Amino acid sequence: MTNKPHSHKLTAAIVGPGNIGTDLLYKLLRSDVIEPRWMIGVDPSSEGLRLAADKGLEASHEGVDWLLKQDELPDLIFEATSAYVHREYAPRYEEAGIVAIDLTPAAVGPAVIPPVNGEEHVGAPNVNMITCGGQATIPMVAAVSRAAAPYGGVSYAEIVASVSSMSAGPGTRANIDEFTRTTASGVESIGGAARGKAIIILNPADPPMIMRDTIFCAVPPDIGQEGRDAIVASVFDMEKAVQEYVPGYRLLQEPQIDDPSPATQGQTKVAIFVEVEGAGDYLPPYAGNLDIMTAAATQVAQHIARAKLNHGG
Amino acid sequence: MTTTATSNAADRDTLTRTWSDDLDLRLTDTCLRDGSHHKRHQFTAQEVHDIVEALDDSGVPVIEVTHGDGLGGSSFNYGFSRTPEQELIKIAAETAKRAKIAFLMLPGVGTKDDIRAAQDNGGQICRIATHCTEADTSIQHFGLARELGLETVGFLMMSHTQPPEVLAKQARIMVEAGNQCVYVVDSAGALVMEQTADRVAAVVAEIGHEATVGFHGHENLGLGVANTVIAARAGATQIDGSVRRFGAGAGNTPLEAFVGVCDKLGWSTGIDFLTIVDASEDVIKPAMPEECQLDRMTLMMGYAGVYSSFLKHAGNAAERYGVPGAKILLEAGRRKLIGGQEDQLIDIALMLKAEQEKLAANA
Repeated sequence: MTNKPHSHKLTAAIVGPGNIGTDLLYKLLRSDVIEPRWMIGVDPSSEGLRLAADKGLEASHEGVDWLLKQDELPDLIFEATSAYVHREYAPRYEEAGIVAIDLTPAAVGPAVIPPVNGEEHVGAPNVNMITCGGQATIPMVAAVSRAAAPYGGVSYAEIVASVSSMSAGPGTRANIDEFTRTTASGVESIGGAARGKAIIILNPADPPMIMRDTIFCAVPPDIGQEGRDAIVASVFDMEKAVQEYVPGYRLLQEPQIDDPSPATQGQTKVAIFVEVEGAGDYLPPYAGNLDIMTAAATQVAQHIARAKLNHGG
Repeated sequence: MTTTATSNAADRDTLTRTWSDDLDLRLTDTCLRDGSHHKRHQFTAQEVHDIVEALDDSGVPVIEVTHGDGLGGSSFNYGFSRTPEQELIKIAAETAKRAKIAFLMLPGVGTKDDIRAAQDNGGQICRIATHCTEADTSIQHFGLARELGLETVGFLMMSHTQPPEVLAKQARIMVEAGNQCVYVVDSAGALVMEQTADRVAAVVAEIGHEATVGFHGHENLGLGVANTVIAARAGATQIDGSVRRFGAGAGNTPLEAFVGVCDKLGWSTGIDFLTIVDASEDVIKPAMPEECQLDRMTLMMGYAGVYSSFLKHAGNAAERYGVPGAKILLEAGRRKLIGGQEDQLIDIALMLKAEQEKLAANA
């Protein structure tokens, strides 16, 4: 059993052939540094497995146990199952020397948001993509934090993610507490807020709504016009940085800044409104929440792949 | 007991109900939860103490106390609590001699840790609310609540948006998860009489042998009491209301009025009408920032099917951006926003403002 390095690409397995896993497959097939080779599920009738086989991957419904018994093991595993499953399997991936990119809220490894700390953890055995709401909002918390740092930073940040019910699979639904907890903790650890909170809403409207996120940040009451301008500029810069891997990521409005009042607990309130339209790879464009997860995972995995390939594989 | 509808309901759910057989209907007052919206989440410890004491004296069997948007609702999006809700739950539980204290939680806003804390503070009934198509997000929370020995209630919010058969299926999901009572919740105050009856009847038919059924009304079209009577006739045995309508939008079914109606219909609620009417004047009224109004804004909510707690937030955004609040609410209805999406009201106000400026520039 070896992790046989390819000359120019790292090999990858996707575990979990659901919406996320299948959308991810489309993105990895376009990568010049990652070759998706295996798609792993547990249900033989899965559409994701069938699609993967059509695209030339080895598709198995016999689960990770089957994968880990193969003569050749992947360099990378993309976990697109559930937090519970990933917590169980993560130690075995590490034992086998496989780097895990975790798209569940299990939070086994360090959390990564590409435009904020995308290249910090390229050597880690396991990286976590937090949640879709986290990928869509934490960049903006970080944008406010960096601009507000000279004035005392962000004392509290709160994000509200609204996604179409049709884009929230059974994993998200069963894991809704993990979603809010993991996102809030990323708002703090990567966004730079002293305290974070996350709220998620599933909206069943038909036609389905495109993912929308609102980011509220509390910054010091005495932040002047210069500080406010710096925040707005930083938010626009971050929009561009995210658009590099999610072209449909956009601000709906200019950032709104409200003066301190009892309703803002005496802090200056920054409100940022974004919409995330997906690339429409496997899922329709309204599912920007899934698109930003798979796009971010691809981005992070490519950083890891380039680092490894540059070091001689 | 003078009507067959409620007699049948009482007979049927003798095995499923979680309260005294002496009551035909079990009423929950929610002015300390739904009224939290109207109060902009500014309840003081003293107000909660006084209201719980008065309601308890009147014989109200269940009193709900939480931030308006449930556990963990204190936020920029929904408004920060003046007094932490867990402190208020504790005061309520220490004050009530007979009444059970209920608390609300919305998956996606609160978490299981909040449920544990509410129980530690004396909360006995865990009410879990989801939008009426998203019941499966509550499964883990019902599981925990039952494991902790809490009594459970499930809310299907914005019930006017779905037909009876969809509500019945969603009710089934909650009951399978361990929920003991499913409420048809008219969050927008948009249901009209028979629409209420059909929805309650469908839920009773689906889960009536395993759990009880409840109804939670709003006054946005002035139908709170009427809808509640018809819900009870259709088999609902747990009923929400707020004394003096103290709730979101135009307020909830006025509990004291409904108690009077029940007296006249011969339905026992265990609540003394004269005592609760006194409580309404002497204790609840002084705690209200103003009476709940049936006015342009709240009528718009019932008419367009808008979540009642959007009222104050739409008002804030209207003022901040100089646009008509009623237009914000109508657009919220057109966008099919659901409970929890208060943030989108700011986006709507900004859109209306841009439209206004464009018109002005062209004029």
